[in-house]
Amino acid sequence: MSQFLPEFLQAYVPNTIQIFYLIATAFFILGIKRLNSPATARSGNQLASFGMLLGVVVTLFDREIVSFEFIIAGVVLGALIGAVAAKKVQMTAMPEMVAIFNGFGGGASALVAWGEFSRLDSGLFESYALVTIGLSILIGSITFTGSFIAFGKLKGFINGGRIALPGQNLINLFLTIVALFLIGWFTVDPEYQIVFWSLFGLALLIGVFTVLPIGGADMPVVISLLNSYSGIAASMAGFVVGNNLLIISGALVGAAGLILTNIMCQAMNRKLLDVLFAAFGGEGVSTAGLDDDDKTVQKTFADDVAIQCSYAKKVVIVPGYGLAVAQAQHALKEVAGLLEGKGVEIKYGIHPVAGRMPGHMNVLLAEADVPYDQLYDMDEINPQFASTDVVLIIGANDVVNPAAQNSPGSPIYGMPILNVHEAKRTIVFKRSLSYGYAGIDNALFYSDTNQMFFGDAKKSLQELTGAIKDLN
Amino acid sequence: MEDLIFNLFIFVLASFVGFELISKVPPTLHTPLMSGANAISGITIIGALIIAGGSESVYAQWIGFTAIVFATINVVGGFMVTDRMLEMFKKKEDKE
Repeated sequence: MSQFLPEFLQAYVPNTIQIFYLIATAFFILGIKRLNSPATARSGNQLASFGMLLGVVVTLFDREIVSFEFIIAGVVLGALIGAVAAKKVQMTAMPEMVAIFNGFGGGASALVAWGEFSRLDSGLFESYALVTIGLSILIGSITFTGSFIAFGKLKGFINGGRIALPGQNLINLFLTIVALFLIGWFTVDPEYQIVFWSLFGLALLIGVFTVLPIGGADMPVVISLLNSYSGIAASMAGFVVGNNLLIISGALVGAAGLILTNIMCQAMNRKLLDVLFAAFGGEGVSTAGLDDDDKTVQKTFADDVAIQCSYAKKVVIVPGYGLAVAQAQHALKEVAGLLEGKGVEIKYGIHPVAGRMPGHMNVLLAEADVPYDQLYDMDEINPQFASTDVVLIIGANDVVNPAAQNSPGSPIYGMPILNVHEAKRTIVFKRSLSYGYAGIDNALFYSDTNQMFFGDAKKSLQELTGAIKDLN
Repeated sequence: MEDLIFNLFIFVLASFVGFELISKVPPTLHTPLMSGANAISGITIIGALIIAGGSESVYAQWIGFTAIVFATINVVGGFMVTDRMLEMFKKKEDKE
């Protein structure tokens, strides 16, 4: 758009653009900083989006931009799709939504590198620029297909469990080495089309193969890792087009995503490499430490649960992925509200990896209007279970399995859990006695202090609401 | 080559800033933080604009167009959905 400016101003345009990029960077940093606290988070997000708008608008003044048809059409179409998706998505489907947005971001970075390569004569590129093009395409494409596979798994289009070829890890390692070799070849011989296309195709395939074997409860790790990749891809695209704003913002997101990934791994007591290369479960894990003889469960029903909760002083609610599947967050909030009306102290105990996305449960409960100061992290709530009368466990399994603490042979041994077994009474809302993602039995279900309330979480909670009301 | 070194400096320093920025984020905000950061990674739209608006080849412009669509979905969708989530986070007092 710089051609519309008076001539004496045109000389200042390139530097002015850079200054505005610097301002946009500051907005991003302040925005992410403000996302650290619930009180300032919303303004942080708005600050970051304003930074983005600023960056986009000043870029339109770049001298290289001479036609606007493609730009206008692309922005309108993309904004429309993005806005509709963001408005329509249900809070329970948030992990899928984040995954797919992330995939588009990574895909865009790969396309930017491809576009830059194809619009300029390849002889113009220095070899380091070709390396960054190759890396952009590699990381961007992995993010793209990986995110779409994650989306499919979360949505249930693809089996959520481990899907892998024999020797999948070796295959992936081999393919990655081949991809790096292709980047090297591409760098010395950029004219050779087949190398470029092989690299592109291979990168897309690696994305599929990396995420396909990972399933279920490991999803929070994968989603935040892919988020980190999309940042790195954007940063690489910044190297390609020589744009500092891209390099900085991409690096910020990449680093932030890595930290979050690390937090998720710590919460599961697993190493990142284990998550990526060795899914647990599904391989006939022994249920050692569980004696088959005392496998009797106590069943309970709405009326009984209603009485126990109504006369309790303190009730802790532990939600899990089952809550999201049953979309039971509003029904849960209603039960909690009724109990609070009776003077019962209500707290929510949230395991860091409950659900399929970091912080998944917090979002669901927020949607149901649960104030965030009633939500307690694992470290805060664990000392309180001993003084808790009733724990309601809704759709959670592995994160309350005492095997993590007392049976060294268990695959989840060492994972920090919520110590619900210390409470006077636990009530598990679950459809059946089926195993959780880790594929192991849960001794909690057979404990003397535990009762099982079988059924769909939403239906059970609605029955419970009715039963509590009937008590009056 | 000087460009590359300079850019690497920026990349490494910005990564450190990113590590520092979110060291103590409470779990309540993990999802919004992730989706907000995710929207920021849509910054690649700026590269896409230059490619789609350039004049060198129509082929490249089409690639740029696709990149713009993808990146805009990421940016607009990401920021809006984050805002929707954050709107729901309230303290108890705020509601009364």
